[in-house]
Amino acid sequence: MKQTLLLSRRTAKELLRDPLTVIFGLGFPLVVLGLLSAIQANVPVPLFLPEKLTPGITVFGLSFMTLFSALLVSRDRCSALLLRLYTTPLRPAHYIFGYLLPMLPIALAQTALCYAFGLVLGLPWSVSLLPAVLLNLPAALVFISLGLLCGSLLNDKQVGGVCGALLTNLSAWLSGIWFDVGLVGGAFKTLAEILPFYHAVELQRAAYAGTLSGALPHLWIVLAWAAVLTAAAVWAFLRQMRKN
Amino acid sequence: MNAIETKELTKRYKDLTAVDNLELEVRQGELFALLGVNGAGKTTTIKMLSGLTKPTAGDALLLGRSVVREPEAVKRLIAVSPQETAVAPKLSVAENLELMARISGADRSEAARRIDALCEQLSLDQVRRKAAGKLSGGWQRRLSIAMALVLEPKILFLDEPTLGLDVLARAELWELIRSLKGEMTVILTTHYMEEAEALSDRIGVMGKGRLTAVGTAEALKQRVGAATLEEAFIRLAKEAAK
Repeated sequence: MKQTLLLSRRTAKELLRDPLTVIFGLGFPLVVLGLLSAIQANVPVPLFLPEKLTPGITVFGLSFMTLFSALLVSRDRCSALLLRLYTTPLRPAHYIFGYLLPMLPIALAQTALCYAFGLVLGLPWSVSLLPAVLLNLPAALVFISLGLLCGSLLNDKQVGGVCGALLTNLSAWLSGIWFDVGLVGGAFKTLAEILPFYHAVELQRAAYAGTLSGALPHLWIVLAWAAVLTAAAVWAFLRQMRKN
Repeated sequence: MNAIETKELTKRYKDLTAVDNLELEVRQGELFALLGVNGAGKTTTIKMLSGLTKPTAGDALLLGRSVVREPEAVKRLIAVSPQETAVAPKLSVAENLELMARISGADRSEAARRIDALCEQLSLDQVRRKAAGKLSGGWQRRLSIAMALVLEPKILFLDEPTLGLDVLARAELWELIRSLKGEMTVILTTHYMEEAEALSDRIGVMGKGRLTAVGTAEALKQRVGAATLEEAFIRLAKEAAK
């Protein structure tokens, strides 16, 4: 436990001292929220109503956690810091939890900040806000695990392209934040309903609205994806550890 | 007891035998340089000795502990300074050292004692609060070695410690490595012949996964009638490749 905490503290420091985290993790989602709220004020679009948009942006913000976690792991691999640590008596679980655990509170703080800014921009106050923030944890686990998976398989340059550009866009398009996936229909809608991103957004919208029955079907799917991706991330991490 | 003793240490990757029945003995407190062309088996040997990879056959004893049967015990005896700088870039110099010290089991006050001593010994005080990622290449190498030393190892592996450094930074690191002599056993891998000659007590030349020659720089030169260690190494490496 002590070893995990030591590595967790290091992970948190690396992330919070990186301007990329502050700019993309916190600043960018808030700017998008502000811009779209301004558009909504001038040209009303149902999808951009605060109670629809803000929960969506909390999930959009999490997609940057994939980039951060992937970059951290791949940089630690490429710089041989992980190699150095592998020659100490640390165990695989120390590394995995050392990366994963500190990112969860950072993700929750990011979600809370998005909601707080949403309130400033006109999101109606609701007692469901706290459970909504907590219910973003499974989605946070999805995005962070995806990052650990990519960071274990790709080098830092590849991570920039795959997680920074491809995954961020893909998860945004398939999430139903920016447009109704039902309007596109066909294979696009089917794919969106298979992947976790759309369900993560619907889960947040239902959680904010306080409708448990609306949230549960999406929660199970996001939890299932979180379990699968966490298992895949652990497998990939152990694989690269053995290869070293 | 020897610091390192390998017995028919072997590593095979499918059709390739990277290390082939290696028999190596390194005495305690010795600075031993391991030389070899690329693919000679140096890195695989170091990886087996430091517990990063398991031998396919044979064993290695580090201060009597087996890398096969007691890898955890071996890891408590050693430290590795990899070829890459291997530092946490956003942590300060002191925080990097503290991370390693605490991971090795030192409590906060013991870690502070070790960090103070190392910062003084390695003149790291002037950059103590600086982020590791902002340091020059020479300082990062110095920190990298300090991160290994803060574990207070009995056996230290230095993999290409001066690779890519300018002459001044290299000279400073040589001085630092020399100061470790006698305090711990040091295994140095390098491509710089002058480095091996200047620093090591004995030199081992590897080729095709085997140890083809061992001795002092002078003994190796005499063995093949060479004027310089580089010349001796080239002849020995060519012999090994036949």
